[in-house]
Amino acid sequence: MTPAVIDDTTLYAVLAPFAAAVVAPFLTRLLKHNAAWPLALVPALIFLHFVGFIEPVSRGETFVAAKAWAPSYGINFSVYVDGLSTLFGLLISGIGTFIILYAGGYLKGHPQQGRFFSFLFMFMGAMLGLVLGNNLISLFIFWELTSITSFLLIGFDHLRAASRRAAIQALVVTGGGGLALLAGFILIISATGEIEMSVLLGSPDIIKDSGLYLPIFLLVLGGAFTKSAQFPFHFWLPNAMEAPTPVSAYLHSATMVKAGVYMLMRMHPLLGDTVLWTTVLPLFGGVTLLVGTILAVRQTDLKLMLAYTTVASLGLLVMLTGTSHEKALEGAVLYLLAHSLFKGALFMVAGTIDHEAGTRDVTKLGGLRKAMPVTFVAACLAALSMAGLPPFIGFIAKEVLYYGTSNIEDPGQLGVIITIVAVIGNALMLVIAAAVAMKPFFGPKVDTPKQAHEGPVLLIAGPVVLSVIGIILGLIAHTTGMLFVGPTLSSLLGEFKQIDLHLIPTELTPVILSFTTVGLGIALFTQLDKLRDFIASVLKAIGWGPDQGFDQFVSGIVRFATWLTRLLQTGKMQTYMLLTFFFTALAVLLPGYLTNSFPAMPKLPEYRFYEWGILLIAVLGLFAILVARTRLTAIVSLGVQGFAVALIFMMFGAPDLSFTQFMVETLSVVILALVMTRLNLSPRDHRTVPARLLAGVVAVAVGLGLGLTLLSITQQPFDSTLSVFFTEFSRSIAHGRNIVNVILVDFRGFDTLGEIAVVVLAGLCVLALIRVRTKPDAVLDPPPERTGQSQNAEAR
Amino acid sequence: MRTVIFRTIAPYLAALMVLFSIFVLLRGHNEPGGGFIGGLIAASALAIFGIACGVASVRRAIVFHPMGISGFGLFIGALAGVVSIFRGQAFMTSQWLIFDFFDVEVALSTPLVFDIGVYLVVVGAIGSIALALEERESD
Repeated sequence: MTPAVIDDTTLYAVLAPFAAAVVAPFLTRLLKHNAAWPLALVPALIFLHFVGFIEPVSRGETFVAAKAWAPSYGINFSVYVDGLSTLFGLLISGIGTFIILYAGGYLKGHPQQGRFFSFLFMFMGAMLGLVLGNNLISLFIFWELTSITSFLLIGFDHLRAASRRAAIQALVVTGGGGLALLAGFILIISATGEIEMSVLLGSPDIIKDSGLYLPIFLLVLGGAFTKSAQFPFHFWLPNAMEAPTPVSAYLHSATMVKAGVYMLMRMHPLLGDTVLWTTVLPLFGGVTLLVGTILAVRQTDLKLMLAYTTVASLGLLVMLTGTSHEKALEGAVLYLLAHSLFKGALFMVAGTIDHEAGTRDVTKLGGLRKAMPVTFVAACLAALSMAGLPPFIGFIAKEVLYYGTSNIEDPGQLGVIITIVAVIGNALMLVIAAAVAMKPFFGPKVDTPKQAHEGPVLLIAGPVVLSVIGIILGLIAHTTGMLFVGPTLSSLLGEFKQIDLHLIPTELTPVILSFTTVGLGIALFTQLDKLRDFIASVLKAIGWGPDQGFDQFVSGIVRFATWLTRLLQTGKMQTYMLLTFFFTALAVLLPGYLTNSFPAMPKLPEYRFYEWGILLIAVLGLFAILVARTRLTAIVSLGVQGFAVALIFMMFGAPDLSFTQFMVETLSVVILALVMTRLNLSPRDHRTVPARLLAGVVAVAVGLGLGLTLLSITQQPFDSTLSVFFTEFSRSIAHGRNIVNVILVDFRGFDTLGEIAVVVLAGLCVLALIRVRTKPDAVLDPPPERTGQSQNAEAR
Repeated sequence: MRTVIFRTIAPYLAALMVLFSIFVLLRGHNEPGGGFIGGLIAASALAIFGIACGVASVRRAIVFHPMGISGFGLFIGALAGVVSIFRGQAFMTSQWLIFDFFDVEVALSTPLVFDIGVYLVVVGAIGSIALALEERESD
């Protein structure tokens, strides 16, 4: 079905959060934390806009809208609305509304609260642009924007080193993956000639038939796996918990980390259902699921426990997407929806506990249910959904996904393995759900750093609403299936599909698997402390993880860069000059030598006596440089040569050039002399004879090479088109008789503009260098290896 | 370097050079000259003044930081190019305003403004390098 073209409102819906990001700081200065109320209207309105799409999309309709951005490259700012993007749009704007409110309460009184709102809105806009993106290039730009805003938000508390490290780590991992994705997109564009996702989806086999399937598959996976924290790239996500809790709830559980899963789901019709897909994805997803849950059990920090289960959930989603089995995909969509709701709620609960009780270490919390009854209820509802118990949406998700995985027909028993992995993973997830919801609230009252009491409405609105939606969606399972799951599944399959969901299970196998999961989970929960100690000891025995690997990788790069810099930058001016001129000589002489095309020696014309005179002056200047006793004399003699050249220009009718040459020559001598005195160089040149000879040989080679080049240029036939043009039009068009000046300021004025910009920059750089030298500390504190050399140089 | 003769003459010489540089700048469109060469002459005037009478007095005389002058030059150079955009023409299309002033034809144009920008950029950049290098000499 071809997508219908709609008006630009959806484009503005993507841009609206960016506008809010501009306004937020000012509004926050005005209204303090209460600015959250008006600001939350922005995502709420966007949410309502997407609600309007639910009904037509559930009938199988799709929509596009576009504005030209850089049309000469085919780059548009365009959106594609179908089941998948509507679901994501609703999640981003809906959860976003409550996150903004929550951030209002959580960072109440924080001096940078306005900035925080601003970052959150920027992220929201980027994420909307990503999930709605139709044009691959603009989609990529939004993809990278989510990485950048995530970096800003993780590093929000930038005074702490841990925050900074986590922020950089997340940026390096997800940004690096983003580059892989860009390469994949470029391959897709060059292989298919199409740049719009909606067009690509119209012919699903276009990439599989292109012969570039494998590299495209690997590159897209590189982007998706880093973004969605798949093993072995999972380590950045738990570290990202350094961010304030609203960020963890929004970016690092409900939305941004799902971007990788989104990409896989979006690409499923194009890349999915191949042997490669159904092997690689379940493998990595399954490993991530197990690693994530096991590491989650090990933690005692509420946020870290949730973070690792997020890693596990993303693994589960990738694993299910990787089966390419219709029912399992349906399970993935349901689980995606359920997870965003319960995990967002649980993170906000954890943040509220942290905010009100002063700690989020489960071993230091207990008996809070009387003090925080509303939070307690929200936590229980969310945790029950996470545990997969009826009547929550999480329960239905688990039923469907078990049904799907147990029905995969594969000779290699893939379905059985996936089902077993899913059961173990879900059981462990139940353990964490129970630990998060029960440990802080039940048992005897434990003294906490702060006297705990219920959070304000800004803090508890989010968890309550999200967890209640989790139960409502479960109760109205049939409608949920019709409106959300069916349309999204249609996007994954590439064909319109309606599904019939029931809260009451109709198949036996999933029910048995569910009972097994719950039983296993409860059994493990009773042994939680032993389990935690056991995993801790195993991890200690291994002693290495990708997190340390990242540090080793980064310090390795730094060491390599240091080594390379030391190799290339010896710090000795003489070496630099010698190498530069050596290669210049090579560049001008080698081509002539290889092609044996040196110019013929021209016939010397009859020189007049004053022309001989000027040549004599030039030669005398040269001679003076060679025999000069002091460096200052040599510099001045260099000026003599330059003046001789200026005289030659003058005689051959180039007064402007000659004029400039005189001035440049004068100033060069002055500035060189000043530099000499400044650097405190010894007045004499103390190089050894071999060093002088070497420099002399290189100098002669460069002179010879440039001279020959000039000769061969002048022996080419002269194309006078430009000269004729300038002579003809200089007066008539540009009102100037001085052609040189007219060219500089008018005909080629744009070049001159670039050049004067370079002059300004060069001036700034020289000034900066001179300033560095004037600070005594800077001079006395060069890198250790160089001190010896420079002292030697001065001593000599 | 700082002989009495040099120190006495240098201010007059520098003033003359600056005057000459402006002359060279303005006549550049029709005769040899222009912003670049004019800028170089003015910069050497600053250098000479600095060598003779000290950098501090030069800095006082030119009021603004030379890099500021340079940046301003780049700014008006770019601005001269923008004018044409408001008339719906391409960036840097030259605009001319020719009128009679006491029976003398005066031609004002965006290339002239641009050339003044080039002049200021060169004076500022070269001047600030020269002055910065001279400064150390005195201490």
